[in-house]
Amino acid sequence: MGRYVARRLLQMVPVFFGSTLLIFAMVYLIPGDPIRALFGERQVSDATLESLRDRYNLDDPFLVQYGKYMGVLPDGEEGFSGVLQGDFGEDFRGREVSELMTERFPVTIRLAVAAIIIETVVGIIAGVMAGIRRNSFMDNLVLVSTTLVIAIPLFVLEFGAQLIFGLQLDWFPIAGLREGWVSYALPAMLLAALSLCYVARLTRTSIVENIRSDYVRTARAKGLSGQRVVGRHVLRNSLIPVVTFIGTDFGYLLGGAIVTETIFNLPGIGRAVFDGVTQREGAVVVGLITVLVIVFLVANLLVDVLYGVLDPRIRYE
Amino acid sequence: MSSGSETHVDPTSDQQGAASSGAVTGGAEVGVGGREAGLWKDAWRQLRRSPLFVGSATTILLFTLMAAFPRLYLWYYPGSTDPRECSLTNSVGRPGAGAWFGYDLQGCDYYTQVIYGAKVSMIVGIATVVIAGAIAVVFGSIAGYYGGRIDTVIARITDIWFGIPLILGAIVFLNAIGQRGLLQVTLVLVAFSWMTMLRLMRSSTIERREADYVDAARALGADTRRIITRHILPNAIAPLIVYATITVGITIAVEATLSFLGVGLQLPAITWGLMINSSFRRILTAPHLLVFPGAFLSIVVLAFIVMGDALRDALDPRLR
Repeated sequence: MGRYVARRLLQMVPVFFGSTLLIFAMVYLIPGDPIRALFGERQVSDATLESLRDRYNLDDPFLVQYGKYMGVLPDGEEGFSGVLQGDFGEDFRGREVSELMTERFPVTIRLAVAAIIIETVVGIIAGVMAGIRRNSFMDNLVLVSTTLVIAIPLFVLEFGAQLIFGLQLDWFPIAGLREGWVSYALPAMLLAALSLCYVARLTRTSIVENIRSDYVRTARAKGLSGQRVVGRHVLRNSLIPVVTFIGTDFGYLLGGAIVTETIFNLPGIGRAVFDGVTQREGAVVVGLITVLVIVFLVANLLVDVLYGVLDPRIRYE
Repeated sequence: MSSGSETHVDPTSDQQGAASSGAVTGGAEVGVGGREAGLWKDAWRQLRRSPLFVGSATTILLFTLMAAFPRLYLWYYPGSTDPRECSLTNSVGRPGAGAWFGYDLQGCDYYTQVIYGAKVSMIVGIATVVIAGAIAVVFGSIAGYYGGRIDTVIARITDIWFGIPLILGAIVFLNAIGQRGLLQVTLVLVAFSWMTMLRLMRSSTIERREADYVDAARALGADTRRIITRHILPNAIAPLIVYATITVGITIAVEATLSFLGVGLQLPAITWGLMINSSFRRILTAPHLLVFPGAFLSIVVLAFIVMGDALRDALDPRLR
């Protein structure tokens, strides 16, 4: 187990630096003045330009720039200060991006956790109900409804839900956080909707495959009740791919949070990315997305490790 | 009447019954034309009879026509047929007989706008998947066929790109580009959507690399290029086609999402995402501005996803 974790960690290092380097390269290797590109059509003072030029070490070779941004190489008198030290740069008003993050992250975390709980619980229940009786009414209902939800783009789905459940039926608050936990209900359900469908389908397929296997027949032959066979034997084995999916799904949730928080006006990281884009705060966008990508990579790593714990067959090779 | 038709049922059969003669010709056909991969012929036979496939293919055809010849859909339309002809007096007008979908904020006819909006979605969706698919086929089959160091290099590069989720990567990249047109958006989407297709291609090439018919081709003296393009590819490409079809739908949704977020195409381009972007703050007063582009968008995405599902059912022999 220890060796497996160590190997996964080692494999993660090039992916981590490669992905962040890619993001960095996308922004700073584009022809033209990258600082100008960060501002887009906005007017900036020469002093700001100068300080940013200095901050991003634009006179250094590209890889050195990246090293200093990441905090792997020392940056003049500041010493090691970069992404690895929690320094993600600052916006044009001189506010630290990390400060913005500590303020916004709790909202996004709550939203994402709520979404993951919803997709796991509802998705697995729907998948099991569809999977244990193949081609039944329930099975077809799950297949058709998941196809529909997968096909409707998230933001269209969210506007539709806002119109119906928020405005027509008036069941949920539709914007902001004024009503505490209830304010998260509708956005979390919608953020979970797409992944919920994948979880349900994955659980279904996995159950359909497992229910025909030898160990299930053995369990039945021993005289176990149907409930116990499904709950203790089939489900345990069927949930391994589902767990992996939920972990890797984190990246999608973070992307979806950008749309969801914008539509429901929630002051989280996603909303900050959207505002960064509309207000042309390039440094903020790059900083925030770098963090989100790191969160995504760490989540993937955790899933890989968890995978080894759940399925003893994975460990050895 | 019935006896007459019986005698005319199968003029080609001599003494044998109609059924057995059919089986014989059918068998001969497979034997002679077998090089063209029976998989595809079988799949086509199954697809023609699948209502899901026929329905989704028809929908996709209708939207392709809409993208290529929007005027077809405006022939007898009573409202304005020029998407740029707008009059502020009509601003946010409700749907009615003169304008089926109402008017947008600038007073442009919304039906005409929505019809013209199909073009960007279809071009971006299909072009992205074709380009990304081509990259995946070339490098995936090279990595899968040769293995070794070249495979390791390609796999590691794929891993790194995989670390960046599509929407996040596209936002950073597009945000840094000042002028965003069709070309820029397509290329950025290509940059973040080739990885899964490459992995699919690689693994299905590995599966077939050691197949007997590939050995046979090798023994007959076929060179590597011929083995890959004529023998491995036609058999290995099926999972990619299924995934690519679904990806066209997903890409269309992503393009609209990016336009909606303000990092996709820019005005004055006519796209469904931009239409939704400029109307979402008026959800209370003018819901029709959201409903129509949203519905068109969903239908097109649904069509591609359903078509992918139908193709999977037809192409995956394990399900038969």
